[in-house]
Parts: sequence; structure tokens; C-alpha cells
Amino acid sequence: MTKEAILGAIRRGLKRGPLPADQQAMLGGRLATHPRHLIPSRSRLPRPDQVALFIRNVEKEFGTVERVPNAEAVPAAIADYLAAQNLPSRFPMAPHPELTAIPWSERPLLEIEQRRAEATDQVSLQHGYAGIAETGTLMLPSAPERPTTLNLLAETEMVVLRASRIVGAYEEAWDRLRAESRDERSGGFMPRNIMFVTGPSRSADIEQTLELGAHGPRRLHIILIDDDPAALPMGEATAPPPVAVPGGPAAPGD
Amino acid sequence: MVAITSPAFKENARTALADPGLQKALGTAKGAFLQRRAQAVANLPEFEQLRDIGRDIKNHTLANLDFYLEAYEAKVKAAGGQVHWCSTADDARAAVLEICRKANARTVTKGKSMISEELGINAHLEAHGIRPVETDLGEYILQLRQEHPSHIIAPAFHLNREDWEADFRRLHTDLPPDRVFAERRDILAEARTKLREKFLQADVGITGANFLIAETGSSVIVTNEGNGDLTQTLPRVHIALASIEKVVPTLEDATSLLRLLARSATGQDFSVYTTFSTGARRPADLDGPEEYHVVLIDNGRSNMLGTEFQEMLRCIRCAACMNHCPVYGAIGGHAYGWVYPGPMGSVLTPSLIGIEKTGMLPNASTFCGKCESVCPVKIPLPKMMRHWREREFERHLTPATQRSNLALWGWFARRPALYRAATRAANAALGLLGRGKGSFHSLPLAGGWTAGRDLPVPEGGTFMARYAKEQRRR
Repeated sequence: MTKEAILGAIRRGLKRGPLPADQQAMLGGRLATHPRHLIPSRSRLPRPDQVALFIRNVEKEFGTVERVPNAEAVPAAIADYLAAQNLPSRFPMAPHPELTAIPWSERPLLEIEQRRAEATDQVSLQHGYAGIAETGTLMLPSAPERPTTLNLLAETEMVVLRASRIVGAYEEAWDRLRAESRDERSGGFMPRNIMFVTGPSRSADIEQTLELGAHGPRRLHIILIDDDPAALPMGEATAPPPVAVPGGPAAPGD
Repeated sequence: MVAITSPAFKENARTALADPGLQKALGTAKGAFLQRRAQAVANLPEFEQLRDIGRDIKNHTLANLDFYLEAYEAKVKAAGGQVHWCSTADDARAAVLEICRKANARTVTKGKSMISEELGINAHLEAHGIRPVETDLGEYILQLRQEHPSHIIAPAFHLNREDWEADFRRLHTDLPPDRVFAERRDILAEARTKLREKFLQADVGITGANFLIAETGSSVIVTNEGNGDLTQTLPRVHIALASIEKVVPTLEDATSLLRLLARSATGQDFSVYTTFSTGARRPADLDGPEEYHVVLIDNGRSNMLGTEFQEMLRCIRCAACMNHCPVYGAIGGHAYGWVYPGPMGSVLTPSLIGIEKTGMLPNASTFCGKCESVCPVKIPLPKMMRHWREREFERHLTPATQRSNLALWGWFARRPALYRAATRAANAALGLLGRGKGSFHSLPLAGGWTAGRDLPVPEGGTFMARYAKEQRRR
């Protein structure tokens, strides 16, 4: 059998037989505990600075961000954005409870359909699972309420993200997923697909010169809901004081 | 499989140096990658430490490769996917074809994948009536031109904007012939429209994999265009092609390597799309493929384990070595004569297709060491090229004149007094011959050397004579 032939060839090359049980147990332990390596210090910041770093990095990669105070402000922000960009007000939206709970009826001109994206869609609205400040990256795990095509097919992708979901490093996002996600098929935590998205699609294949809008979205617009008092820009924070907020600042060794 | 022209490396290089279009493209591209990488590295103070970490993760995995591959397979199965183990390129081509046939595939979209080039998947599918469509922008135009990539992350590195325009006009005949390409983005927009149809038609999507993750059974792809994601999301069947050394233990291990990959490759902090695929569509999902297959390929890798070339299996295919190589920068990728160009190719290609046909490649190096100094996983590329030269010499594959000249030099080098006397005499003779000239345009017996450059006339004594003098002065 080919599998045995390949494993045999590997062991011959490594000049040993199958690993002894204790060695296998040790490696199994490494898989189970998945130790972290060095995490760059750039994202270890107080919460407001961490969110600011996220925004700065998104913009550096040609994405745009609009901060809104609460979920109630989302419909107006989206309606204004679409109008300013001269984009249609009819679009598919991820059927995620956090998005469906938004009071869309206040903007009756928005025609929102809860579904996956199709090739004819010009705009889509996705739910952001987490944001990673280190590089301004969105983490978008697939789920029935977060279809992958919403990240890909429309020329303009809008994502609603809560500020409390912004973490410093990728490793913190993995730990959230491990803690919060359960996949029935595999018994693990990984959904079918996870896209990490950093800015809109681009290509430098023509003379190594960057052009935006390759096969994926040409625009990436993030509506950031300030649901985390500790993460507000300095001077704007109101009570309660910025301590003991879940998912607060990453401490060294975190 | 891609035709091998590595034995004709010298002719290839000569042709490349005399090709004005290629030289223009290399001139345009040169520097862009270097600057961006340098900037990205400067912005991450921990980069050097991360290189050591990357090297250690890969070394640990290779030392336990059998264990991690079996752990990986178990997780893929648990997530509803299938792993097809393939020892050879033939096995892998057959596996891909069988999956496509079972899916009644007529059109297959493809993300960029170097292992697919190595296996010659496109020709095999075409021979069996299935149409493969490359969807990476660079790969797309190469497929139109019936060419192969000249760079592992920027496949159309050798083309100029004029080439794109001319080919699009020649081959997209359904569009008005007098349309204007005012900007590069007009070319991009045309390709986007053309390929959108293909994405929607395809029955099967084939991608490569930058990493496989044993902890979760995931395959990872990294792209900027989003073509790889459309390829693996829209069709009913997704096939990921991956060689065995792509596996790493955990998400944390992959994350550390991803911090190195984009910075080393394009100089981005992170690529636009880094995507983890784990199994097939879940029951309530609204999109995604119904079948998920991983074709896991050895094709010569296991033979490298336990040899002086094992460290080459750490390679994460970032292309930093070729971006920084003066030889690659002068002749481009096609001259190397097979799938993998540049320093990594000069080590990997002999390992995969034999030193008999590829002896020129490890010799095509000035040993400047730049490749090793930028490698994100610290592969000692110059050292391994030297090992290939040794093997080539041991197996009597080097040309007779080169062998006899080396033997002659060796005879002198083992007799230092004689060697010094001979170099002193040669030095004096050359000095006398070239007095007042400054440099030689040509020299008997050294025509090969002076054909491309001048030899300066020696001034003063030999190195050893001057060294001895300096020592005495102290």
C-alpha cells in the first residue's frame, strides 16, 4: 500500500523504525497543548492603542474603517457609505444573529437578503468573528451564519466587527476559536474554512506593480462597533473604568 | 511533467542574456521585492528570532514526519475529507484524474501551485478531455502563452506590460480589437471578467497547499488575488495538492511560519488571504465544496531525508533566495530548465530529477551567500550546492577538461612552496605583459573568462608575498 511505502521510505531515510510509544505520547502531548512560540511585541498594547493599531493596519493595506458607537448606528453608516460610493442598496447579509438583531427597519431603503453571495452581487455584508491588530487582519470562520462566498464574490465587501473582538496577535484569535467553537462533524473546533483577510484583493503579477481588485473584492469596508468601553480612544472612555473587560489587553506571557 | 532543459543551462543563459524583452522585465522587477522585504523585516524587530523558530519547527517536524503525517490524515478523515497517498508523480496524476472523472468534471479551475507544475497536472487532464483553467493572473497568461512559470511566486516575472496587452488582444477575440488598455488595471479588469465565468463553470477546484496542519487536518493556502479561495469554494469538489514536507504540527507552528512567509516573499506583513480548509461542507453550510481531497505526494522527498540535502525540505517556497540572487537576476527563471529556479531550485532540482541532467545548476552560483542570509528558515543553500558539486565530481559527471584542470590545480595546491613560486612567476609575467595597460581585454587560455570582462593587470606582489611583508612589519 502506498501509505505504508511512503512511511517506510521516511523511516529508512531517518534511519529508524516507527517511533516508540513514549516518543509518540510526547508528540501527541505537543499537539494537544500546541505551545506558543515568540509573539511579536508590537500588538502588546493598552486596549485603545490595540484597536488603533488594528485600524491603522487595515488602512495601510487599503481597507477602510468606520467607528460607530453602537449597533443601532450601523444601518445609517451603511446607507451613507453605499450612497457615497454610488453602490446599490440591495445586498446579501450573513444570517448571523448579531446582524439580524440590528434595527434595519430604520433604514427602509436598504434591501437586505439573508443568504450566501452570488456572482451578480455588487455588495455583501459579512459578520466579523475577530480582528487581529498585529496586521489589521479579519478572521472569518465559515458557518451557516457566516457563508464564505460573502468574503469573495462582491466587488465591495462590508464587515461588521465589534471592538471587543479585536485581539493583539493571531494566537489570541486561535484561543478564542478553541474556546468558543465546536464542530460537530470532526469533534474538534475547526469549521470547514477560515479566511484571514487583510485588505482588499490585489495582484502584482503585471510588472510587479500592485493593482487592487483582482478576483476578490476591490473594496473592504469595516464598520467597527465600539462595544468595549476600555477600547475607546483616550479621553472618550466613560464609566465603568477600563479594567476587567473580557478579552482585555494582552499581558506579557498571554 | 515539464520538459527538462537543465542540461542546456549554458545555452539557455546565453539566450536569456541576449533577450531584450526578458532583460527589460528583469530590470523593471529588480529591486521591488528586495526593497519591500527589507522594509517589512525592519518593521519587525523579532524577525531574526522568528527565523530560528521557523528553522526549529521544520527540523522538529522532519525528524518526526511519519508521526505527523499519520496524525494529519486521521484529522482530515474526521472532518469528512480524504487523503490520497502518492509515491510518484504518476500516482498523483492518476489520483487527480480519478477524482475528476468521478465528479464528471469537464472544467477544472486551478489556484497557483508549484507541485502541480512538477506533476504536469494540466497536460494530463487535457490528454483525458478535461479542461484545466489557471486562475492566478500570472498563471493565466502563461497558460494562454503555453509557457511555464519563471518564478515560484510571480510566475509571469519575465513578461512586460506590452506582452500582456498583445496576448489579451490575440486571445480574447470576443472583445473589441480596438479597446484601450490605458492602465495596468484595465488588463487586470479584463482577466477578472474572463475568469469569473470559469470560476462559476468549474466542477472541480485544484489548489496547492503552503502548509498542512496535523493538529486539525487543515490545508492552508496564501494568496493576494482571492483566486485560490474562489477555486476552493465554488466547485463541488476541492482537491488540495501537497508534498509530504508541507505538514507542521499545530496552528501555532503554522502561525509562526506565516509571520515569515509573506514578509520574505512579497514584503507584505501578511498576505491578503490566508485560508485554512478543513474537510468538506458541513450539513447546514450555505456554500463550500461537498468533497474535500488531499493528494499527498512524496515524489522524491523521502529520498532526501537522512542525506546532506534534508535541510532543503524546510523550504516554505517564499522565493526570497531567487529575488536576491545575482544569477537569477541576470538570466531569469526559464534558463534553469525545470520547475524550480534560483538557488532553491539549484539544490532541489538535482534532488528530484537527478544530478546527471542538472549538474550545471549547482555550478551556476557565485557563492555570494545572499540566498542563505535571507532564507526565512535558514537553509544553507551555498553549502548544499557545494555538496552537489562534490557528488557531481565523485560520479565523474564534470567535463574532462574541468577535471584535469582541477587535478592540476590540486597538485600545485598540495605543494605550497611550488604553488607560491608558480603564482609569483605568473604574477610577474602578467605584470610585465600588461605594463601600462591597466587591464587585459583578452588572454590566451583565459578566453572564457575575458569574453565577459577585463582582467586587471596585477600590481605589486602576490597575496602571499604581501601578507608575509605585512606580518614582518608588525
